[in-house]
Amino acid sequence: MDKTAYKNVFVFIEQREGIIQSVALELLGKAQDLAQALNEKVVALFAGSGIAAEAQSLIEYGADEIIVMDSPELKYYLTEPYTQALSQAITQFKPGIVLFGATTIGRDLGPRLSARLNTGLTADCTRLEISEEGELMMTRPAFGGNLMATILCSDHRPQMSTVRPGVMQKRERETGRKGSIIPFAAQFDTSKFKVRLIENVKEDKGKVDITEAKILVSGGRGVGSKDNFDKLARLAETLNAQLSASRAVVDSGLVDHDRQVGQTGKTVRPDLYFAFGISGAIQHLAGMEESEFIVAVNKDKYAPIFSVCDLGIVGDVNKIVPLLTERLQP
Amino acid sequence: MNIVVCIKQVPDTTEIKINPETGTLIRDGVPSIMNPDDKGGLEMALMLKDTCNAHVTVITMGPPQAESILREAFAMGVDRAILLTDRRFAGADTLATSHALAGALRTLDFDLIITGRQAIDGDTAQVGPQMAEHLQLPQISYVAGLTCNDSNLLTVKKETEEGYQILEVELPCLLTVLATANKARYMSVQGIMESFDKEMEIWDADKIEVDKEKLGLKGSPTRVKKSFTKAQKGAGEVFEVDAEEAVGIIISKLKEKFIIK
Amino acid sequence: MDFSLTKQEELFLQMIREFAEKEVKPLAAAVDEDERFPLETVKKMSKIGLLGIPVPKACGGQGGTNQIYSMAVEELSRVCGTTGVIMSAHTSLCMAPILENGTEEQKQKYLPNLASGNWIGAFGLTEPNAGTDAGMQQTTAVDAGDKWLLNGSKIFITNAGYAHVYIVMAMTDKSLGTKGISAFIIEKGMPGFSIGKKEKKMGIRGSSTCELIFENCEVPKENLLGKEGKGFAIAMKTLDGGRIGIAAQALGIAQGAIDETVKYTKERKQFGKPVASFQNTQFQMADLETKVQAARLLVRSAAYKKDHNLPYSADAAMAKLFAAETAMEVTIKAVQFHGGYGYTREYAVERMMRDAKITEIYEGTSEVQRMVIAGKLFR
Repeated sequence: MDKTAYKNVFVFIEQREGIIQSVALELLGKAQDLAQALNEKVVALFAGSGIAAEAQSLIEYGADEIIVMDSPELKYYLTEPYTQALSQAITQFKPGIVLFGATTIGRDLGPRLSARLNTGLTADCTRLEISEEGELMMTRPAFGGNLMATILCSDHRPQMSTVRPGVMQKRERETGRKGSIIPFAAQFDTSKFKVRLIENVKEDKGKVDITEAKILVSGGRGVGSKDNFDKLARLAETLNAQLSASRAVVDSGLVDHDRQVGQTGKTVRPDLYFAFGISGAIQHLAGMEESEFIVAVNKDKYAPIFSVCDLGIVGDVNKIVPLLTERLQP
Repeated sequence: MNIVVCIKQVPDTTEIKINPETGTLIRDGVPSIMNPDDKGGLEMALMLKDTCNAHVTVITMGPPQAESILREAFAMGVDRAILLTDRRFAGADTLATSHALAGALRTLDFDLIITGRQAIDGDTAQVGPQMAEHLQLPQISYVAGLTCNDSNLLTVKKETEEGYQILEVELPCLLTVLATANKARYMSVQGIMESFDKEMEIWDADKIEVDKEKLGLKGSPTRVKKSFTKAQKGAGEVFEVDAEEAVGIIISKLKEKFIIK
Repeated sequence: MDFSLTKQEELFLQMIREFAEKEVKPLAAAVDEDERFPLETVKKMSKIGLLGIPVPKACGGQGGTNQIYSMAVEELSRVCGTTGVIMSAHTSLCMAPILENGTEEQKQKYLPNLASGNWIGAFGLTEPNAGTDAGMQQTTAVDAGDKWLLNGSKIFITNAGYAHVYIVMAMTDKSLGTKGISAFIIEKGMPGFSIGKKEKKMGIRGSSTCELIFENCEVPKENLLGKEGKGFAIAMKTLDGGRIGIAAQALGIAQGAIDETVKYTKERKQFGKPVASFQNTQFQMADLETKVQAARLLVRSAAYKKDHNLPYSADAAMAKLFAAETAMEVTIKAVQFHGGYGYTREYAVERMMRDAKITEIYEGTSEVQRMVIAGKLFR
């Protein structure tokens, strides 16, 4: 194949009910780095119904061009209509790179598209770089976060990857930034539409998004009882922070799964991460070690968490937490 | 109804540790298990066998020792088990793997294909949807439950970040199932006693309907360039002081870093 | 001589370990604390066939071996001694004598329901004045023409109250001594049969241990198990088999205490290093591990002989004697390694130490086992 025919860094803009998802903006931020290294453009692939008005914001977050696929068939995400629209756009515009968020949508659409386009796809990347040869180096965790692998897709185009939400950083919005909007009318073969959405249910009661928090107060097995978690919650409240936890605590039922940090939970990178009574198993570290500033408190001075923290205290969590809460009162 | 469940043998990644001196994975003594999401999918199929008299076939691609998860599947109650094993499959990425499995499925009768959402060794979640594309089947991923309304329609619950969706899909189709969709049954004692008497079919690449160029390493668009264990970030300062002093240190440090005012 | 596991045994171990870890272990502390019979666990066990392992398929069982059965008792006891003994009493003390001595009608009437776990089984031999000296039975059975009438009581009966079927020994002819004892199959609800007081025990506190009371209890003629006068022989043979189960229980408890201690001493640090890194810990634990493995081989060998219809009475006695004493030694030392924490109910070794003690007592005390072994030695 003529690889030189494939150019520019495309980002699939995930929207739900017309609302652009934060992962799409994170990818636009990263795409700018990649496009700069390649001296190419950032192109947003924006599919939905009645979404045209949102396009300008994508330009302000870093897209140079926007391919808008506005059609009633694309109102909700369903695998087949989106695969048809996206595969047609990719076939026509020939991107060098296509990025998706590693969400339930991106991880459904990405592999389907990769098979239709006969190209590679690398899942759940946490690092993307351009090699000296101008190839996309996609780095991702494997074996439960124990190993990192850098993957290339040398002989097929486009190079595609899904990227974990919360890992890349979105740019500051640059109001008034200029870019071009390219409408694209996909041709749908509706005979292939075999899945129908009956109901979309949101269960947002009590659901929190710890990946969005600036400060996280996280507790592990060392915190112990429910009472002690209530103390952590009070500290979190004082700091205007969110409460999160390690897997051991979530497994014991003290804290909801939504708040779990780590390989099987969420990847977080807050400005400040408190690790109280968390020993720092590799699975946990995988989810939080990118935090800007980590404060760890643990009674075991050999706990692995101390090897990744910025400030460590060997001491009793249940003495330190109430005292810290008191001292931080406004 | 004929159901084919695709399962994979994986190392139990929760048991993997890193040698702190060499920074390499310690894989010795790590047990091999049936991938948890696949087991959730297998249970879903077995529930349909219990309620709708479905015929359940399991298929796995892997080295000869992957036989053990097929024996486990027999002991859980499946009717037929196929091991796809051939050196020509080796080195496959997700796309090449999906071609091999799709090739095997072309030779089987099925109404429903079930896979796990993803395998814990790679966590890619790609092989299921890629197979669905090769076989021109509708797919639903992240499946947490289903009901079989009539012979040709399934109502499926799909988990999303925000909650869940209820979807309706025509058969034949492919579902990728979550481990949390159900609680997989245990092997029964009688199932264990009998599982080694059952015939396990061993298939090689000649037995399946696929373009051989699409298999194994040469059929894989992606290559691992390098793999490495994560570099540990340098440790910060650690203090062993009483609670009062500790709180003082935390607060002054956070002020110094302008994290709090 | 082949010491390796068969493929079935390997697969079975994988299943039973997962079952023990996920279904049994989480309840173990509460079952002990609340003295609660874990009926929900028994239901789960019956669903996958654990309550009918060494019973042939023709009798509604799983067609498994005694080897696999003893592995099951071991693995369950490794996390919960209570669950181990429920299974052992049901299998070895109730189903086995019916299988070995029952008529075709008795087998078809009782075994499918027992092996499927619909019914739980129990066994009644011990009386207030007939413990180790089991020949001193006071319970009587009188031939009343169309039925037997039983009078007397049995004590320390495992599974009592929850069991539907009880194998009960009673004197049919006192003048004949032990040769005047007969075995009966008693069903819950038979007129004149009731359950007496429940014991409050040191260990295996979730198992139900009660008195059985017979007051002119009417037992159908066809419920005589084996021939009249063969009850003592049936009881002794049943206990031979039961000892494999209890040996496996003791072995499991010992292994569980080793597991807990290895985990704890690796985590627990004193003087700046893990307790496991001290040579005192390592040497003592090495000795204990060796004894546990020796006990395991004794249990395996006794189960093997039973499976292959070889004489196993002394083997079962040795397995039980050694496994029980090993369990006691290991659990006492496990508590010691845990220090102050080991003496609290926060840690499982406290329970294990209490559970271990009974294995030196029931189904023949360690002294009885020595009598059996010496009996063979000095024959």
